[in-house]
Amino acid sequence: MNRFAKQLLPFSTLIFIISLWTFLVPCTFLTAENMMNVLTRSAANGIMAAGMTFVIISSGIDLSVGSMLGISGMMGALSMLVLSGGSWASITSGQNIDLVVPAMVGGTLVSVLVGGLCGLFNGVCITRLKLAPFIVTLGSMSIFRGLSYIINDSRPYATADYIFLDSGMVLGIPASIWLFALTFAICSFLLGHTRFGRYVYAIGSNRDTAFLAGIDVNKVLVMVYTLIGLLTGIGAMIYCSRSSSAQPTAGIALEMDVIAACIIGGCSPSGGKGTMTGTLIGTLLISFLRNGLALLGMSTNLQLVVIGFIIIFAVTADRLATSRESN
Amino acid sequence: MAAVPDVVALEMHGVSKSFGSTSVLDDVSFKLRRGTVHAICGENGAGKSTLMKILSGVHRADGGTMALFGSPYNPAGPLDALDSGIAMIYQELNLAEHLTVAENIFLGNELHRSFPSFQLDNHAMVEETRRLVSEYGFGIDPEVRISSLSVGEAQLVELLKAIHRNARIIVMDEPTSSLSSNETKRLFEIIFELRSRGVSVVYISHRMEEIFLLADDVSVLRDGMMVFSGPASSTSTPEVIRLMVGREMKDFYPERHVTVGSVTFEVRDLGDGDCIGPVSFSVRAGEIVGMAGLVGAGRTEIADLVFGAAPRASGELLLDGRPINIGSPAQAILHGIGYLTEDRKRTGLCVKLPCDWNITLPNLSKLSHGGVVDLAAERAAAVDFGERGGVKWPGPDAPAESLSGGNQQKLLLARWLMAQSRFLIFDEPTRGIDIGARRDVYLMLNRMAEEGRAILVISSDLPEIFGVCDRILVVRDGRIVADLETGSTSPDEVMKYAVTNTDIGRKDVK
Repeated sequence: MNRFAKQLLPFSTLIFIISLWTFLVPCTFLTAENMMNVLTRSAANGIMAAGMTFVIISSGIDLSVGSMLGISGMMGALSMLVLSGGSWASITSGQNIDLVVPAMVGGTLVSVLVGGLCGLFNGVCITRLKLAPFIVTLGSMSIFRGLSYIINDSRPYATADYIFLDSGMVLGIPASIWLFALTFAICSFLLGHTRFGRYVYAIGSNRDTAFLAGIDVNKVLVMVYTLIGLLTGIGAMIYCSRSSSAQPTAGIALEMDVIAACIIGGCSPSGGKGTMTGTLIGTLLISFLRNGLALLGMSTNLQLVVIGFIIIFAVTADRLATSRESN
Repeated sequence: MAAVPDVVALEMHGVSKSFGSTSVLDDVSFKLRRGTVHAICGENGAGKSTLMKILSGVHRADGGTMALFGSPYNPAGPLDALDSGIAMIYQELNLAEHLTVAENIFLGNELHRSFPSFQLDNHAMVEETRRLVSEYGFGIDPEVRISSLSVGEAQLVELLKAIHRNARIIVMDEPTSSLSSNETKRLFEIIFELRSRGVSVVYISHRMEEIFLLADDVSVLRDGMMVFSGPASSTSTPEVIRLMVGREMKDFYPERHVTVGSVTFEVRDLGDGDCIGPVSFSVRAGEIVGMAGLVGAGRTEIADLVFGAAPRASGELLLDGRPINIGSPAQAILHGIGYLTEDRKRTGLCVKLPCDWNITLPNLSKLSHGGVVDLAAERAAAVDFGERGGVKWPGPDAPAESLSGGNQQKLLLARWLMAQSRFLIFDEPTRGIDIGARRDVYLMLNRMAEEGRAILVISSDLPEIFGVCDRILVVRDGRIVADLETGSTSPDEVMKYAVTNTDIGRKDVK
């Protein structure tokens, strides 16, 4: 009951926005095509936000996800092209190469692996060097971005055939939406039903208490940052599929959207609080808001302004609700 | 000793204060004479700090009056008190770490140039500080940052700040607790200097030798009441100790039926390579052993070492006579050791998380298969142990912060009850909880002991130690200085071991 009540605010805001758009742009908004479109576009960000939920509940932050998406995508695409037997000259010049399916699978796995390694790097720095997650990921944000430019000297890789994760259909539903749903199902389970999830809450709520209750705090934190890395690797491949290429600039400023989804969904930046359902709602809220504003003909610049205000509103409303609860 | 003029600098009359339903100060009166040192002593929790906070305007008294040099004194806040000439020097210093000595002394009171008048006159401030420093005869560079000073030096800076503000009354709360013996000596010289200039010093301390060295007058607080106030020459160390601890042992502590078994847990030559150790002690099955000592004597640090929460430099731990290795709290818990920490909010609970999660936190492995928690079994176990621990809660999913202090403590008892720990350390188990809950905690301790667990209770409350423990270990300066049977010792004797500091030659200060 309590937990349901906490979801009520973002959830009702989501319903409100959907109804508002239905009313304002009835013929374009509430079509199956538009809905699929919104969900497909939410998929990558949502998958990363699922990982970010663990990070924020553990009282951390990961600013490097956008750069991690860039480097994972570049490495994944490079592996795909190499495995398909492209010549080095054609790969680096960005020519289209016929991709074979095993190479696509291999490249996708490489992307996930690279993301995982980047996350592992963050986690190890945070726990071994005893640095604040903000500092470490601020640094690695620059490191990963720099590396993704270096990989092909600021040029993208072309992956024209690799479209499955964007438009490939499974049982009539786009593959990216399946991935989106599957990620949330697994992450909900991890967070709510496993010791790992519980320890993440405990560490975020009170790290000293968690340590004194016998929790291996460092191990859990390394797992948290590795997890968001792995999920970012998946996100990178969805981006790659959507643009038929791996861009070294992919995911610039993306961390803002991902963090915003969690915060709007009720994660507390001071840790110990947050749910997967909340983050899912937060992700969809941002996507529907963007979509509706775009359908109304509002510029992307103005959309940014509106989303910013929504973040401030969401957190204020949450704080007011919490303080009323404790009075 | 200098002739003591008989002008009353400050008079408190009938001051009382309560927080909620707990009365902290009850009808306290005392007189502070001009140009004297007035020591205030009392056990932890006797009300010394509250009294001083009322004096310095942090708290307002519920009743009673105060007069400063004959005129009514009612500080609206700490700044008001400072303006009236009353400066507080707390145990935790209030200095801006990243600013220099001179900047700290002039903080909020900066000197400006005549033109342009908004520009700070750093040169004048540094020179003025240099003058003050040399006047009181200590060598601190006015231009170094506070962060590069030792604790003792930083404390001198606080004193200088008070002097600079022309404080007529300076209150010092346990000023020597973190000083070396040289720094202590220097501090005493400054106190004598201040006294000869007509400044009154209120000196809060446990340390008998310091009190009788410095003080002209002594006041003793016990349970919020002033049980003695008079010239130091009219009393003595044993008398003051007796006054401090002389509480009646009511029938407050439940009766015990001990069947002490063999040694469950033993510590040999434990040390952290620095301030703690070597420490050796043992606790038997069914036995409750108390650990007494002053705040800062190292009791909590010893517990942290035993539990693996702090790195151990030396020593051996034995459970049932077999050596065990404890490198982390996780290993300690695995070996059946439980630790209820001193500060339940900071190191005991996750206050924002639900009650049931708090009970099961160290016990989750028993409730899960391959990392997956059986949520229904968890809820059932938490409710079961919550009831056994006597927790009253709105529901198991209410956040721990919504419970009273006593119920939060019972939540933690439930946690270690569930952990089936064989050896338990309770650090200040009844701090800040009401009388009813205290008795419940004692009953629970007894029950745990009767079940054959070995228990170590750390407490600053001597009557509590005498009421619940079979044996008392006295800790001072990170070592166990006495191992006493409760039946054949007295609070006076325990206090004597806890406060007597034989290895520092402070007698030569004057």
